[in-house]
Amino acid sequence: MNEVIGLAPWLVGFPLIGAAILLLGGRATDRWGHWLGVLASGASMVVAFILMFRMIGTPVEERSVDHHLWTWLSAGDLGVDLGLRLDPLSVTFVMLVTFVGTLIHIYSVAYMDHDPDRRRFFAYLNLFVAAMLVLVLADSYLLLFVGWEGVGLASYLLIGFWDTGRPSARENAVAAKKAFVMNRIGDMGLIAAMALLFAHAGALDFGTVLSDDSVGAMSQATATAVGLCLLLAACGKSAQFPLQAWLGDAMAGPTPVSALIHAATMVTAGVYLMVRSGAILEAAPTAQLVVVLVGAVTLLFGAIVGCAKDDIKKALAASTMSQIGYMMLAAGLGPAGYAFAIFHLLTHGFFKAGLFLGAGSVMHAMGDQTDMRRFGGLSRFLPITWITMGLGWLAILGIPPFSGFWSKDGIIEAAFIPVEGQPWRAWVFGTVAVLGAAITAFYMTRLFFMTFGGRRPRWTENQHPHEGSPLMWWPLVFLGVGSAALGLVLGIGGTFTTWLEPVTGHAEHHEPVLPVPVIITATLVVVVLGALLAFRMYAVNLVPEEAPRGSVLTRAARRDLYQDAANETLVMKPGYGLARVVQVGDRDVVDRGWSVLPQAVSWFGGVFRKAQTGYVRSYAAGMAGGVLVIAVVVWLVVGLGGAQ
Amino acid sequence: MTPAGLEISGGETVLFWVIAPLMVLAALGLLFVKRAVHAAMCLVFVMVSMAILYIAQEAPFLGVVQVVVYTGAVMMLFLFVLMLVGVDASDSLTETIRGQRWIGLLIGIGLAIVLGGVVGRAAFPPAVGLNGGDPGGVANPQGLARVLFADYVLAMEAVGVLLVTAAVGALVLTHRRRLTPKQDQRAVADARIRALPDGVVLTPLPSPGVYATSNAMDTPALGPDGEQVPQSVSRVLRIRGQEKAAPHAPGTELVETQAQVGGSRSTGTREGEA
Amino acid sequence: MDITNYVVLAAVLFAVGATTVLLRRNAIVVFMGVELMLNATNLAFVTFARMHGDLTGQVLAFFVMVVAAAEVVVGLAIIVTIFRTRRSASVDDVNLLKG
Repeated sequence: MNEVIGLAPWLVGFPLIGAAILLLGGRATDRWGHWLGVLASGASMVVAFILMFRMIGTPVEERSVDHHLWTWLSAGDLGVDLGLRLDPLSVTFVMLVTFVGTLIHIYSVAYMDHDPDRRRFFAYLNLFVAAMLVLVLADSYLLLFVGWEGVGLASYLLIGFWDTGRPSARENAVAAKKAFVMNRIGDMGLIAAMALLFAHAGALDFGTVLSDDSVGAMSQATATAVGLCLLLAACGKSAQFPLQAWLGDAMAGPTPVSALIHAATMVTAGVYLMVRSGAILEAAPTAQLVVVLVGAVTLLFGAIVGCAKDDIKKALAASTMSQIGYMMLAAGLGPAGYAFAIFHLLTHGFFKAGLFLGAGSVMHAMGDQTDMRRFGGLSRFLPITWITMGLGWLAILGIPPFSGFWSKDGIIEAAFIPVEGQPWRAWVFGTVAVLGAAITAFYMTRLFFMTFGGRRPRWTENQHPHEGSPLMWWPLVFLGVGSAALGLVLGIGGTFTTWLEPVTGHAEHHEPVLPVPVIITATLVVVVLGALLAFRMYAVNLVPEEAPRGSVLTRAARRDLYQDAANETLVMKPGYGLARVVQVGDRDVVDRGWSVLPQAVSWFGGVFRKAQTGYVRSYAAGMAGGVLVIAVVVWLVVGLGGAQ
Repeated sequence: MTPAGLEISGGETVLFWVIAPLMVLAALGLLFVKRAVHAAMCLVFVMVSMAILYIAQEAPFLGVVQVVVYTGAVMMLFLFVLMLVGVDASDSLTETIRGQRWIGLLIGIGLAIVLGGVVGRAAFPPAVGLNGGDPGGVANPQGLARVLFADYVLAMEAVGVLLVTAAVGALVLTHRRRLTPKQDQRAVADARIRALPDGVVLTPLPSPGVYATSNAMDTPALGPDGEQVPQSVSRVLRIRGQEKAAPHAPGTELVETQAQVGGSRSTGTREGEA
Repeated sequence: MDITNYVVLAAVLFAVGATTVLLRRNAIVVFMGVELMLNATNLAFVTFARMHGDLTGQVLAFFVMVVAAAEVVVGLAIIVTIFRTRRSASVDDVNLLKG
C-alpha cells in the first residue's frame, strides 16, 4: 500500500488541474476543453483503480492508511494537518466518483455538444470531481468541510448553469440559489459539530476524534449534540427531511449534472458523513434514533412525491430522495446497517446514474421534453436506452438478481433487527422499509411504462426520436451492466460487507424479528403487486395527455406535499419580515441616530471653514499672532517672575 | 552692566549708532515704498550694513559671506526675477483683505515691543567677546573653519546636498515643456499675412518718436495718417502710465497743409516746420 | 554701549520683516520680508556668539545663510512659475485653496 500512496494526491490533483486550466484558459480552450475534462477525470479513475487493486492485495489490518501531506494550519491549540485517509470506505467512494464521473463526462461530450458554454460545463464538472474526492479522502473534519463546500459550490454553479438566454433562466437561477441556501443551513450543523468536537477533543482529525478514547470520554449529551449537528449537515447535503426541498428544483441543471451530482455522488455525501462518524452516533442512541426517523420519513416522503410527478427528472429526483432515505435509515441502525448503507449507495449510484442518463437520452430524443405524459411507445425508437433503463428499473425495484435486490434487501433485513428495550422499532421501521419498496415499485414502473410503454405515442408534433451518438449510449451500457451485475458480484457471500469491515467494524449477527426468507418473500410480493398496479394503470390503460385532477393526496404530492409552501410560510416570510424590520430599524433608528454626529461635525466644519480664506497672508497673520500671544504669555508667566 | 571681558570701543559705539537707525529706516522702506525695485535696494542697504556690523562684531568671515551670498547672489537673483516678472509690477498699497492692515501693524508693533522688551529686561551674563577671555585664541576664520569642519561636518555635508537639490529643484520648476510646435520664421510670417484682414500691421511696429516732434522713448510715434501709434511705446511705460502725448496732434494740420500746398511737400520739411 | 543693543536692533528688524510679510502683496516683496527676518536672527546669533565667546553662534548663522540661499532659489522659481501661468505676482491672487 505504502509504495503507491504517493499517487493519492493525484486523485484530486488531475481534475483540479483540469478545472484550473479550463477556467483560467477561457475561450482559448473551447475547442478541446471537453476532452481535457474527460482526460482529467479518466486519469483520476486510473489512479483509483491502481489504489484499489493495491488495497485488495494488502492484508486486511493494513488497509487503512493516513497519508500526511503538510501542516495546514496551526492556530493556538488547533493544529490541523492536511492529509488523505485511504481505507476501504474512501476507496469505495473514490471508485464510484471517478468511474461514474468519467462515464458521465464522456456522455456530456455528446449531450452538451450544441451548448456554447460546454468548456465551462466541463470545468465545473472537474471542479466537482476534485471537491468530491477531497470530501471522501479527507482525514479530518476540517478538510472534509473544504470538500463539502466545494461540492456545494460546484452543485450551485451547475444547477444554475443555464441561467442566461433561456426562457427558464430565472427559475434556474432561483433553483441554484435555493439549493445553495438550504445547503448553508446544513453547513451550519457541520460547523457546529466541528466546534463541539474541537471543544471536546481539541482536534479535528478522524484519527483522534473518532478513537475509542475520545468517544469514550464524551458525555451522552455531547455525543447527542454532535450527532444531531452532523445529521443536520447530512440532511442539507443529502436532501433529507426537513431540508429536502431543493433537490426537486435542482433538476433545472443539465441532466448529466443531475445524474452525477444529484443522484450518484454528492447527495450521498450525507450518508458518508454518517457512516464515517459512526463511532460518535453509536455513543448517542437518541441521535441514532433521530437518524433512522429522518431516513424513514424521507423514504416515504420521496416515494409518495415520486408517484405524482409527471416530469421525468423530478420523478427521478424524488426517487433519489427516497433511496437516500433508505441509506440514512441503514446508517442509523449502527454497524449492522453501515455496510448496507454504503452498498446501497454504491448500487444506487450506478442504477440511478443510468436512469438519469437514460432520461437525458429520452429528452435528447424528444427535444428537451420532460413531461412523461407526452412520451409513450419509445421502446421501438430508443432500444438501447430502453434496455439500459429497464435494467436500472429492475435494479431499483430490487428484483433478484439485479443489484438493488442485494443492497436494499440488506437494509430491510437490518431494519427488522430488534433493538433492546424498544421492540416497536424493528416493527415500525421494517414495515416502513417494505412499504417504501412497494411504493418505489409503483412509481418506477409508472415512470418506465409512461415513457417506453403504451400503445399510442402521445408526442407533440414533429417528433422524430432517435438514439444519440455512441458517446451517449456507451456510458448507458456500462451503467446498465453495473446495475444488473454489481450487486451479484459484490453481494454474494458478503464480499462487500467484509471489505468494509475495517471501517465499519464487525457487526454481530442478530436475528430479525421475522425469519429472513419471510422478509424477502414479503418484500418481493409487495414489490410485484406495486409494479403490477402501475402496469395496469399506465401500460394497459390509456394515459391522458393532460394530468387528471387526482385525489387530495395526488394533488398534495404534485406540490411536493406542500414543503415549499411550509418553508415559505414558516421560514421565508417571517425571515423577510424580520429583515424588513431590521432594515427599517437600521435606517431610521441607527443611521438617523448616528447621523447626528457627522451633522455636528459638519456644522462645526462650516463654522471653522470661514477661517480658511485662501489668503496666505491671513494664515501668516494667524501664525505671527500665535507666536506673539505665546511670547507674551511666556513673558508674563516666566519672565516677570524669574528674570532679574 | 559693562562686561568684564569685553570692552566695546568708542568707535564701535559710534558706528552702531550711525548705522542702526539707517538700517531701521531702510527696513521700514521695505514696508512703505511702492515699487519692488526700490524695496530691493532698501534691502541691499540693510544687508550691506549688516555685513559691516558682523565685521565690527568679530565675525569678519560672516561679514564677507554676507556680502557675497546675500548682496551678491540672493539680491541679484531677486532683481533678475523682478526683471522677469516685470519691473512695472508695482504694488498698490490699498488693502484687499478686510482688517489685514491693522492686524499686521498690531502684530508687527507687538512683536517689536515684546522682543525688545524681553531683550531689555533679560539678565545676560557678562559678555566675554571672542578674544576677550583668551587673547591667544584664534577667532576667525580659522577658528570658525575648525568648528565647521570638525564638529559640524555632517551638517555641512547635508547642507551641500540641500543646495544641490535646491538648484535642481529650481531647474525643474522653471523648466517649460513645449506644448505647441516650434514657430519658425516662415510660420510667423504666414500667420501675419493670414491675420492681415483683422487689422494687424504687417511691418514691424514703429519706434517711439518717429515722425513726432520728439524721439524720446515715452513719446508715441505718428503713423502715416498722422495718428498716434500707442503700440510704439514700451509696454512697461504704457502700463505705468508714463507715456507722453505727442506735443500736438498734427493730423488736421497735415490735411490743411496738403490742401494748401497740394501735397507735394516732403515729410522732412514738415517736421522741421513743426 | 551695551552689547544688548545689537539684539534689540535684531528684534526691531525682525518685527519690521514680519510686518512686511503681513502687509505687502507682491510675492517678491513678501519674500524680501522673509529674508529680512532671517538676517535679523543672524545678527542676534552673531551677537550672542560674541557675548558668550562661543563660535557656535557664528556657525549657526552661516548655516542659516546657506539654507536661506537654497530657499530663495526654490521660492523665486515658484514665483516665476506662478507668474507665468497667472500673469500675476500677487500673493492674494493665489487663493483657490479656501473653505
